[in-house]
Amino acid sequence: MTMTEWGSLSNLAFASATVVYVLALVAHVAEWAFARQVEPPVERRRELVGAGAAVPPSPDVTAPPAEPRFEVVGRIGLSLTGLAFVIHLVGVVARAAAAERVPWGNMFEFNTTGALAVTGAYLVAVRLFKLRWLGLLVTAFVAVVLAASMLVPALYVAPGPLVPALHSYWLVIHVAAAAVAGGAFAVGAFVSVLYLVRERAERGGALGGVVGRMPAAAFLDRVAFRVHAFAFPLWTFGVLVAGPIWAEHAWGRYWGWDPKEVWAFITWVVYAAYLHARATAGWQGRKAAYLALAAFLTFLFNYVGINLFASGLHSYGGVG
Amino acid sequence: MDKQAGASALSPLELGRWAWRRLTSMRTALILLFLLAMAAIPGSLIPQQAVSPSEVFAFREANPTLGEWYDRLGLFTVYTSVWFGAVYVLLMLSLVGCIIPRTRQYWRSFRAQPPPAPRNLARLPEHRTWSSAAAVDDLAADAERALRRSRFRVRRYADDSGRVVLAAERGRYREAGNLVFHLSVLVVLAGVAYGALFGFKGGAYLAEGQGFSNTLTQYDEFKPGALYDIDDLVPFSLTLEQFEATYEMGDEQRGAARSFDATLNYLTEPGAEPRSKALAVNQPLEIGGTSVFLVGNGYAPEVTVRDGNGDVAFSGPVPFLPQDSSNTSFGVVKVPDAQPTQIGFEGFFLPTFAITPERGPHSTFPDALRPALVLTGFTGDLGMDDGRPQSVYVLDKDGLTQLEEDGEPFRLLLEPGQTKQLPGGAGSVTFAGLNRAVQLQVSHTPGKTVALAGVLLGLAGMVTSLYIRPRRTWVRVAGAGPDGRTVVEAAGLDRVSGGDLASGLDDLVAAIGRPAKDQPEQEESS
Repeated sequence: MTMTEWGSLSNLAFASATVVYVLALVAHVAEWAFARQVEPPVERRRELVGAGAAVPPSPDVTAPPAEPRFEVVGRIGLSLTGLAFVIHLVGVVARAAAAERVPWGNMFEFNTTGALAVTGAYLVAVRLFKLRWLGLLVTAFVAVVLAASMLVPALYVAPGPLVPALHSYWLVIHVAAAAVAGGAFAVGAFVSVLYLVRERAERGGALGGVVGRMPAAAFLDRVAFRVHAFAFPLWTFGVLVAGPIWAEHAWGRYWGWDPKEVWAFITWVVYAAYLHARATAGWQGRKAAYLALAAFLTFLFNYVGINLFASGLHSYGGVG
Repeated sequence: MDKQAGASALSPLELGRWAWRRLTSMRTALILLFLLAMAAIPGSLIPQQAVSPSEVFAFREANPTLGEWYDRLGLFTVYTSVWFGAVYVLLMLSLVGCIIPRTRQYWRSFRAQPPPAPRNLARLPEHRTWSSAAAVDDLAADAERALRRSRFRVRRYADDSGRVVLAAERGRYREAGNLVFHLSVLVVLAGVAYGALFGFKGGAYLAEGQGFSNTLTQYDEFKPGALYDIDDLVPFSLTLEQFEATYEMGDEQRGAARSFDATLNYLTEPGAEPRSKALAVNQPLEIGGTSVFLVGNGYAPEVTVRDGNGDVAFSGPVPFLPQDSSNTSFGVVKVPDAQPTQIGFEGFFLPTFAITPERGPHSTFPDALRPALVLTGFTGDLGMDDGRPQSVYVLDKDGLTQLEEDGEPFRLLLEPGQTKQLPGGAGSVTFAGLNRAVQLQVSHTPGKTVALAGVLLGLAGMVTSLYIRPRRTWVRVAGAGPDGRTVVEAAGLDRVSGGDLASGLDDLVAAIGRPAKDQPEQEESS
């Protein structure tokens, strides 16, 4: 195939993936809607989803009908997300073929790869922690990012060669680490949102509908921590090891308070504060969850805000 | 204690202690981390002197009053300002105050044996108890083997009631990781500080064919660290043989840089064997701890100026500094040797010339597709004779008279090879040829390996502290009861959240020989 054909394939794949993500989103919306209608089981649900405690359901639970509808559409949503992930991956790979390099040279490519990382992190989280309740947030987020990247003219960049500063294998290491960490940060933030919703319901004793079916707050809290504990060292490696080494090669200094560096540092500091908060009396639980969300906002601002609005050495987003 | 007496009787020592305890508390550390994050923000929104001096200059021009306030508050130099320094010094103090006592405590607990079993194991977060027909010693041996296999340190003893107890503990390296991580922050800072004090950074703009030797006078700008000794400059020299740049010619991303490649000849010291080096953006040249980086490029048109007497008063490449992505470049030609008066020019070099009423002459593409020089001239005293150092990029127009033609400022437009006469018989200017030029950065940053080692150490410590989960487990085996069966108890305690204690304990219980399918748990009397 020619480069142009690879480019068309890539765009076709991104467009199709967006459509499938939207279908998955619809399925998850239905999942939440159905879950709202069904009466929650008599027993507390938290036992079923405790931290692998594997407490068998007590015999006195009234056996639910074969399979509730929300369960069915939820699984459809998950399967669609898996399908969308594969198509999305094809898009990223085809993009690499079209540009004859790693597809991480401009904002459009960061968007598409970053969104792929978010879906990937979500699918891993589903496998490890049975967290399908994230599906709604994740598919909505990824669909919006992909659609915006394709449709907003200022965000779309056709495949092409790299600027000289990016001619380095550190591009692969630096961007891969930052993207995977970013995907995990996103999932960590979504889990923290679920935690806050569930925790609020537990405090108010209103465990009906959708919230009643979510995992217990304590479990969500643990998962949020684990996801962040995975992402934070990777982020540290990406922006405080690989980044500076590459900056030294390319720009003659390992750290120069370029706007992107400043915000990578701020992101790092706020996530460090989150991890410290969890070990500090009086800061656990809700406050820590809010911190995780604040940290993700700094990450997003660094990604979107700095690329679009600030001028600096990292402004090869190719946007505008 | 009496409240009032307490308040007034606080001795300086007590006050100091109170302040120290406050400073080193985790709460304060958290607040300081936030302050650090907040303090870093303005530096990303307001142009910084160290990052983009030209933007700072433009900002000051546009907002003189605000600029003055920013200056006073150090907002153009955030990362070297007093207030930013204060936050991180406090954070470092808090960190030191945190790690010293913790290291002491860790040292003690590291050497301690696993603590004995609490009297009532059933009170622990996870607890299992069952009876077995096996012998006490066999059960204890099974438990010990299983615990050791799971990397527990195990202490076996008999308690007051004669029961065999296994006290086990694992994960004591978590705290070590924690301490290493916090210590590494200091290592990184030490490395950075060392580089800032004992290093230097300089810049030189070099046209093709021009040479550079590593002495102070050859630099356009030179920023030594406070403790850098100028005599330590490595005596290398280099010549820019050639520079090639390619740009995107297609419609998509037109004008984007595609490759910058410089060829240098260099000597590591006077008299050394000349060597060649292909210098590119990600391929610096290293000479004895000093690095030469290709950080920018532009043009240096070859200009020849004849004075009013018809003599060649100036001839050579003139550096023009790029101002935008199309390499619209600004430069100055000074001709102090011109007779009868000195002549100076300032203006633009445009690699791809275009002119519009709105923008005037400008460049539309970074490569030299249609090069042109647009200059205005001045005569008078250039101010170069009183010995004061002058920038080669600035024309001091005090005492200069602008050349005019028909009452309008005189403007020269030259294409390569063209010569034009100046008005009033002041002489002529020739655009003799075009050289490319490179912006080199020469720098020496000692301590960067220390900083890197610090970050890697910190990463290792961080991973250790995030992934190791300290856990204590106890197994207690009582002698055979009246029914001839042995009662076994196992219990565990996680010292940090996030672990899966229950299934860990179940695995242990299974290894001790409890049948997988047992009758429902029943609490034996203890």
